Amino acid sequence: MAGSSVAKDVGLRALLPLVKGFLFGVVGFLAGSGLVAGVRALMGQDPWKLGPLLVVGYIFGLVGWLLGVGMWDYWVREWFGLSRKEEPSAGWGRFFRFCTDHKVIGVQYLVTFMVVLLLGGLLAVGMRVELMTPGRTIMGPGTYNTLMSLHGILMIAVAVAIIIGGFANFLVPLMIGCEEIAFPRINALSYWLIPPVAVLLLATPLMGGFETGWTAYPPLAVTNPRGELLFLLAFITFGFSSILGGLNFLTTIITLRAPGMTWFRLPIFVWSILAAAMISLTATQFVGFSLLTDVLDRVAGTSFYNSTQGGKPLLFQHLFWFYSHPAVYIMILPAFGIVLEVVSHLARKPLFAYRWVAGSFLGIVGLSFIVWAHHLFTSGMDERLHLPFMVTTELISIPTGMVFLAGLGTLWMGRLQLNTPMLFALGFFFNFLIGGITGIYLADVPTDLHFQDSYFVVSHFHYTIMGGEIFALLAATYYWFPKITGRMFSERLGRLHFWWMFVTYNLTFIPMFWTGLHGMPRRVADYPATLADTNWWVSVFAFLLAASFLVFVWNMVYSWVRGPVASANPWQARTLEWLTSSPPPHGNFPREPEVVGSPYDYGIPGAVHAVVGAAAGASNGE
Amino acid sequence: MAAHPSAIGWVPRPRLFINRVGLWLFILSESFLFGAALSSRYYLQGAERPPEVNQLLGLAITTVLLASSLSAYRAEMSAAHGHLSGLLRNLAATIALGLLFLIGVGVEWHEAFIYFPPADPYGTVFFTTTGLHAFHVLTGVIALSIVLYLGRDGRFTHGNYWGVEGAVKYWHFVDVAWVFIYPTLYLVR
Repeated sequence: MAGSSVAKDVGLRALLPLVKGFLFGVVGFLAGSGLVAGVRALMGQDPWKLGPLLVVGYIFGLVGWLLGVGMWDYWVREWFGLSRKEEPSAGWGRFFRFCTDHKVIGVQYLVTFMVVLLLGGLLAVGMRVELMTPGRTIMGPGTYNTLMSLHGILMIAVAVAIIIGGFANFLVPLMIGCEEIAFPRINALSYWLIPPVAVLLLATPLMGGFETGWTAYPPLAVTNPRGELLFLLAFITFGFSSILGGLNFLTTIITLRAPGMTWFRLPIFVWSILAAAMISLTATQFVGFSLLTDVLDRVAGTSFYNSTQGGKPLLFQHLFWFYSHPAVYIMILPAFGIVLEVVSHLARKPLFAYRWVAGSFLGIVGLSFIVWAHHLFTSGMDERLHLPFMVTTELISIPTGMVFLAGLGTLWMGRLQLNTPMLFALGFFFNFLIGGITGIYLADVPTDLHFQDSYFVVSHFHYTIMGGEIFALLAATYYWFPKITGRMFSERLGRLHFWWMFVTYNLTFIPMFWTGLHGMPRRVADYPATLADTNWWVSVFAFLLAASFLVFVWNMVYSWVRGPVASANPWQARTLEWLTSSPPPHGNFPREPEVVGSPYDYGIPGAVHAVVGAAAGASNGE
Repeated sequence: MAAHPSAIGWVPRPRLFINRVGLWLFILSESFLFGAALSSRYYLQGAERPPEVNQLLGLAITTVLLASSLSAYRAEMSAAHGHLSGLLRNLAATIALGLLFLIGVGVEWHEAFIYFPPADPYGTVFFTTTGLHAFHVLTGVIALSIVLYLGRDGRFTHGNYWGVEGAVKYWHFVDVAWVFIYPTLYLVR
């Protein structure tokens, strides 16, 4: 192996790149803000205006951080005609530096965003404490709004990035039978853009917080305290990372499929990632631009949203939702892929209507670009746009419904193994059905006019994203845990986690539909006193729901360290990732795999999905 | 360069094809960014345009940028035909024209601050769109400079000239973006 002569990282030396990244980041920040101060002083302006110093300092600091953490050593040196250093190919230090191995990056994403998920959950607990009683419970409305906004953006980041960044990074190259992602260094870059995002977001309370929620609507976003500026910069950086990720997955799936891996032999998870990557590649530019206009209005004195100068705040909502509605499909499409993958392998049934599902994914991508204005029904948008956007929004339920029915068709008459991943997949179907049906009332203009910005909306999207995507995420976490860690989790604790979470989840969110119907506004620290009883119970169940994650964390951490060693294919599944060892070696397969059939031909005698070289002798025929 | 340093003996993928797909996807993505900027101009301002926009300067920088696409193309063809001095000459010409364009934008900004500053509704779209584009021109100039610096040893003229091709394709994209920006900011009424 090319990198075998390179020494492993030993001991604390492995953390050096992080320290270097931090120092370079600080130097970059000082250089950038010094540059602005100098230029402004030369132009006769106040050099210490904080906005421009922060923005330019951040950009330079970001570059410094990336160079320090490894981009200089393993990449940028080349641009100056220097030879680039060889990356270590083993050792735990790889997880703490710029590393191009897609499996390392997958684990980096998974662990990082699991931590963010728990953090966002803690913030939600804080919100529910405040909402236990009407009026002030423990915090003022400003603190509550910052808490709510941070919860929102952290969870949006988790929902967008954890499956694509984590599972897709780890699994797509394995599933399509290649040894690496198309652009490994860009892949590492998109991960290392994430820590600065986290730092900025966690620093927002130090600079006055931000109260806009994750949607950053002007004019509030322009007049809010300076914490808002940090939030905007963080979100733009995150968008950049998301675009690079989408670019990488599309290129990988288009160009690096193993011989014989035709489009209709792709595992359905790969199709779902392809579809989600199409959205993140393109639409994300719009949210980047919309947040940039917010930043410019704040620090450069433009008047996009200053209506006294001819600005139009509604423009922001159009730009923002042109990304942020399709973004929910970046979240949910991979979840569809996971759930269909899990039910097919664990019900031992061919995936029902495979080609229709792939087509539905593409249909959802297409439609997702022409529905954004349903978020603007109460914003004062031209009323002639109401009907068309209502119709396109409802059209999306056709491909979504087909995916749902394909899942049910796969379960039908299957030989179900009711283990933890399957339970979470079934939980997904239950929750997503509720989320989907309540969505119809929000797509319809007459009902949406009443439900807009109420807890009905809160409950609806938590049913689709938490009940849907996060349940799918947990199904995936249990299903692929043995492949990623090489160890088996405790099935008993897994089932306990499922039932505990499933019950408390529904008890938390079902009553929110009711409080929403009775006029409880979202994003407000207070509510009518008549809703006090229900909210008290919602808070209690929310705490129990949060506690269920203790079981999960214990199970994951303990099993990763002490769990029984897992075999290469504990589920007897047929897709390619199970044809290599657990965890897979550097380079993934002993030989290049050759794909000869569908991955879902359960119950068909003699059917084979792929062969991995004569030397390994592995195939997955039945 | 192989996809990843690994010597297990797999059939190497055609790296050039992978790079080309990646670059075209990147260009598709970037076109959405300019699409957002241009559509904002029409949303905020319709086709309104102040009379002070400097038409002569606008035409001049447009000509300079379009001319640079020609020299960029000649640079790529020189690399393809293994013609080192042609490559270096045309790259240098492209970089010079790019810098000339940036100077033109600087002059334009200097005037714009007087007639329609950033707080003005037209100034808002003008500074944002030209600034966004000028930043892309700057990154293109940097990329071409790196290619020029690395290419002196003839590495691109003997064999793999993806470095030249990638930078030049990106340069063409930046030019095409201007082809849409120029009428939107200078011509429509």
